[in-house]
Amino acid sequence: MSAIALQRQPARAAAVRRVVGRATLFLLVLAALWGLWEGYRWLWMREGWTWPFVVDDITLPPLQNIFGALFEPARVNGPLLITLLWHSALFTAREAAVGFAIGASVGFALGVVLAHFNVLQRGLLPYIVASQTIPIIAIAPMVVVGLGSYNISAWLRVAVIAAYLTFFPVTVNTLRGLHSAEPRALELMHSYAASRWAVLWKLRVPAALPYLFSAFKVAATASVVGAIIGEAPSSIPDGLGGAIINFNQYYSLQPANLWATNVVAACLGIFFFVSVVVVEKLVVRRAPEHLA
Amino acid sequence: MTDVVVSIQKLSKVFGRGNLTALKDISFEVERGEFISLIGPSGCGKSTLLRIVGDIIEPSTGAVTVNGKPARRARLDRDYGIVFQSPVLYDWRTVTRNISLPLEMLGWDRGRRAKRVKEMLQLVELEGFENHHPWQLSGGMQQRVSLARAFSFSPALLLMDEPFGALDEMTRERLNMELLQIWSEIGSTVIFVTHSIQEAVFLSTRVAVMSARPGRIAGIVPVDLPQPRTAATREEPRFFELVTQVREQLHAAGADEVLEEAALQ
Amino acid sequence: MTTIAEAIPRSTLADRVGTRARDWVPSVAVFALGIVAWQWLIPDVFGVQRFLLPRFSAVITAFWDERNALWGAGWFTFKEALGGFALGCGLALIVALLLSRWKHVGDALMPYAIAANAIPIIAFAPITNAWFGLLSPWSKIVISAVLCFFPVLVNALRGLTSVRPESIELMRSYAASERAVYLRLRIPNSLPFLFTALKVASVLAMIGAVVGDYFGGSTSALGVQIQSSVALGQFETAWAAILVASILGIAFYSAIAVAERFALSWHPSTRSRVE
Repeated sequence: MSAIALQRQPARAAAVRRVVGRATLFLLVLAALWGLWEGYRWLWMREGWTWPFVVDDITLPPLQNIFGALFEPARVNGPLLITLLWHSALFTAREAAVGFAIGASVGFALGVVLAHFNVLQRGLLPYIVASQTIPIIAIAPMVVVGLGSYNISAWLRVAVIAAYLTFFPVTVNTLRGLHSAEPRALELMHSYAASRWAVLWKLRVPAALPYLFSAFKVAATASVVGAIIGEAPSSIPDGLGGAIINFNQYYSLQPANLWATNVVAACLGIFFFVSVVVVEKLVVRRAPEHLA
Repeated sequence: MTDVVVSIQKLSKVFGRGNLTALKDISFEVERGEFISLIGPSGCGKSTLLRIVGDIIEPSTGAVTVNGKPARRARLDRDYGIVFQSPVLYDWRTVTRNISLPLEMLGWDRGRRAKRVKEMLQLVELEGFENHHPWQLSGGMQQRVSLARAFSFSPALLLMDEPFGALDEMTRERLNMELLQIWSEIGSTVIFVTHSIQEAVFLSTRVAVMSARPGRIAGIVPVDLPQPRTAATREEPRFFELVTQVREQLHAAGADEVLEEAALQ
Repeated sequence: MTTIAEAIPRSTLADRVGTRARDWVPSVAVFALGIVAWQWLIPDVFGVQRFLLPRFSAVITAFWDERNALWGAGWFTFKEALGGFALGCGLALIVALLLSRWKHVGDALMPYAIAANAIPIIAFAPITNAWFGLLSPWSKIVISAVLCFFPVLVNALRGLTSVRPESIELMRSYAASERAVYLRLRIPNSLPFLFTALKVASVLAMIGAVVGDYFGGSTSALGVQIQSSVALGQFETAWAAILVASILGIAFYSAIAVAERFALSWHPSTRSRVE
């Protein structure tokens, strides 16, 4: 009995060591990035190099300016920049999340249909791939205006644009994942005289989960990108895309604001991505057969 | 005055921080031209032992000499060939180019390589498949390519880690015969790891029985069946006697899992 | 002694032609249906307005009338995309080779590369404009390059390091040098992963270049053409320009796909029909 208890202690100690190690590495990377940034600035400004681009407080503001700007008002007598960006981020996040939900559902359904009807797959797949070559930023204003006539709120229209970027990776990976079921496992299901529906839900979809999560990770980022790109040309001021357009106009006066917006946008993208990773860890843990 | 190819002295191997003793105090010698099988229960360390001889893993204590040199020197001098349980062929190379891989690394010129590959293909009876890719071949055929590759540069020593374990009985028996044919023609010394008592006795000049973890040599059974072995050898009374002898050694070494597997065969 | 030929038979020419026809007939049918929908269904049945989606024939007319300007702009933007693609993928390959060599560094940094891939790079376009100037192609090239960099890095690194341990052991048994292990094992092994990423990158590069234009660019760029056409109410020209962007993206992707077929001619997936 005591041998098992003794065995557990090293395992726990090892886990703590791992977490501490990862945290240290994270801090090291942050420190290295900061060092690189300030070092680059210092060196380029000192030497006056103009390649690849001129370095001054406007093109590459000091990091403390950027983080300092967060805690100052964006407009005279207005709220702090960080408050403004927080609300913009929430606005964009809502579009991205809803867009993700729509796009992932549509993508999954489309993948299921294409997997079962080979003719449709051969007919539609090239166009589904081609659809991603259409620059969504060009289409966005038209979608926003077009859906406006149906009395749909602005953010929901942008969510549709986000869904457009999201559905593609999910479709492709759903297809691949559904086809990845082992022939032996399929034969087993046939021996149970399982209906196509049962085969789908009891075998193919569980087998497709790793592929699905791989797609969701890409789609999470795509949904945020889609939301920002959807807002920008459509003159929707409330989200991060609107903030970017706005701060871009005044860039030479206050460069830190645009940089700060970028930092917030980056955090949003990473947050969405990490959320999918966390969900994946929870779901996969409950189904150990997928850990292989 | 025998010619010792592999000499293992007091070899031990411990994994991790002292929790896993895979091998304990192994000592034996392999003479030139021998075919020696290592048999034992799962986890007894026979694959580990093979990899130590091949300098793929380092021992914790003890010494291994191959051809009179330390194992590392022997590896750098390319004194041995290795065959794994899976064929480990390169998908992007044809059968011909897979077989010529070690020859390329040895710096043989094109003409010499082509000639050798042709000979090896004849030896494993895969003429006509020169330009096939591994995924176009069955498991047995892939393993034959793997054999051809291992023997292609006529190494003095051949290490084989359950090469036929994944194949069906009939293919296995046929490949056993082919292996013996290649062995007699090229004259290498072979260390052969297996789970199958029958295979060990059929192929070998000696069978080394290992005990369960920590692995030790529990006993060595000399196989005095006449050479060359044929299909008829499997039906001789002496064959069954030797199989029984090995089985009893395994039983004495605490190898109940091997007996269960043998019963299923 | 004859061997039983257990190998998978290679398909005959007749088989391959027959299956090819079956392959493309559905997509051609869908194409025709799409044109019909665009020409009649959408404008007439659904009553979609001209400023949302002009009739197919109108767009084609504009396409033909403005072909010089459109293809000139397309070529300009394509060069930006190509430059970004080359820069981004090239750097990614070098970094991947380095990180695969020092595996501990690679393993430690991989999560950061994956997270960096989650950043909306597009938001950066105004800043590159500030760096290189609105009219300079370099501001778009940098955006395309960064878009290509991370997917190619992650995939190339995975391809270089996801080699079966036994293959490494085999190379060790041949006393192979590191260079030989890379040339003969790691690099060929990584090609399927690499080409997947290159296909994705080709589309991203083109999109990046066009989107970059929307934050400001030279008038000879495609994105700017689309914007100005919309501003002038010339919706047919705008859609024609969008078509040009799409065609170029597809062409770029197809070029990579063709290269893939050659480089991966040995791969089972390019030969057998994937179900």
